[in-house]
Amino acid sequence: MSVVIFAEIDNQQYKKSSLEAISYGKKVASDMGMSCIAVTFNTISGSDQLGTYGADKVVNIASTSEFTADNMSAAFAKACADLGAKIVVISNTYSGKSLAPRVAVSLNASLATNVISYPDTSNGFTVKRGVFSGKAFAYTNLTKDVKVLALTPNSFELNNSGSAVAVESHSVAMDSSKISIVKTEKASGKIPLTEAEIVVSGGRGMKGPENWHMIEELANLLGAATACSKPVSDMDWRPHSEHVGQTGITIKPNLYIAVGISGAIQHLAGVSSSKTIVAINKDPEAPFFKAADYGIVGDAFDVLPQLIQALKN
Amino acid sequence: MKVLVCMSVVPDTTTKITFTDNNTAFNKQGVQYIINPYDELAITRGLELAEANNGTVTVVHVGLADTEASIRKALSMGVNEAIRIDADPIDAQFVAEQIAAIAGGYDLILTGRESIDYNGGAVCGLLGAMLNLPSVNVVTEINYNGGTFEFVRDIDGGRETVTCAAPVVASAQKELCEPRIPNMRGIMAARTKPLQVLPATAANAATVYASYETPAPKRGVKLIDAENASELINILKNEVKVI
Repeated sequence: MSVVIFAEIDNQQYKKSSLEAISYGKKVASDMGMSCIAVTFNTISGSDQLGTYGADKVVNIASTSEFTADNMSAAFAKACADLGAKIVVISNTYSGKSLAPRVAVSLNASLATNVISYPDTSNGFTVKRGVFSGKAFAYTNLTKDVKVLALTPNSFELNNSGSAVAVESHSVAMDSSKISIVKTEKASGKIPLTEAEIVVSGGRGMKGPENWHMIEELANLLGAATACSKPVSDMDWRPHSEHVGQTGITIKPNLYIAVGISGAIQHLAGVSSSKTIVAINKDPEAPFFKAADYGIVGDAFDVLPQLIQALKN
Repeated sequence: MKVLVCMSVVPDTTTKITFTDNNTAFNKQGVQYIINPYDELAITRGLELAEANNGTVTVVHVGLADTEASIRKALSMGVNEAIRIDADPIDAQFVAEQIAAIAGGYDLILTGRESIDYNGGAVCGLLGAMLNLPSVNVVTEINYNGGTFEFVRDIDGGRETVTCAAPVVASAQKELCEPRIPNMRGIMAARTKPLQVLPATAANAATVYASYETPAPKRGVKLIDAENASELINILKNEVKVI
């Protein structure tokens, strides 16, 4: 019996969220007396290093077919079955989200997404997951024999105390996909919002898209991703992919800096799991100050240049 | 073109979330319910595609009778007919199984990217696998040309354009369209449009919600003088050690 982890490659390296999933899988496997196997598609050099994050074995599926949700999930599910998977761990990235449900159906498994805790096996198999877009958590019992867990990125510590392991190839018949990829566009050098450890976010208080260079400069100095509130994306000041909140993306970085965002309940829902929250707003009554760890009551146009200058020094 | 849109009914986005029965059940008291915002986009784009291609849109919802006002709202947006599967939606897998039982014969099956209550984001993929159809997640554009759909979807750190022959399942992301607001004629017409109620098919629960909790309150904000804002950097660096 094993815990099988989907190890996702992006831009010729393993995603940090997949390494988190492997460290998570290793702990679960140790607690339950199982082995921890990382499965990768079209391996890259350095895959043996997945062992340092906890994989007892790395299994590679090689294929010349184009990978999309349908054929990749089918091949991954077959590999899981071959490897005796009882627990399947996938990071809840966009690719993970398209795979996990299909894998759960193929394996006749229970599925939990947005998982933010290790399983409690004292009475069944229970995990904590985020619900109501960050406004609450639910303890969910997975009742089927096989379990598929999709982990929220940035929720678990990396543990790289292991050592390198061998990479074995595993042959799975790969169907051709019914979906054809026509074009892929990636913003180069940008940190994906859901995986960013620091996020700098702007709201209507920034007064217009022409002032975003200050948000971007602060973000660059901090190695942060940029985000925005709903009104800002609704007014097309920023792309919708940056909108965090209840109807946007839910994030949980180590540090969230909100500039000129009042902190409506819908916005707070998407960011309240952030470990440290800083609110900068000229209105001392802004609701964000009740949800923040640190606050500055002041105009963004006075405060941001000071922060940027301090970081440059 | 036949379009099926799967619709959830969720608490309004301004709802303060609380629980009852020793934190084992969601407190529905005083809660206003709405069509899940992403599903509203799916309905709207479904209608636009059907209108341009001589098609029809059916809405399916798994829920109890108290959700019918929201179903009528979908009909007033222009949806041709609705199906309510009479069951409490236990989890995503249960809902997908119920919908899969009636989802044959459609060219396009749409869901929202996720519901804003349980945030599973799973029904699109579950339905795809159950019906043995391809599924395309988080789409911001859908176009149709001679039996083939073209989707633009969000991927990690970018976007991707894909094509797929009908039938296919896809989930709607923000930016797909502006949600349609029902007009008076639509509201009048909705009253007499068909709303079929079907019994649920037997399904085994895959998950059980044991209990809930709300996030721990913050300890209180520490204010930093705006004249001395650089102190914030000092604190984040040396006290919180986060940068």
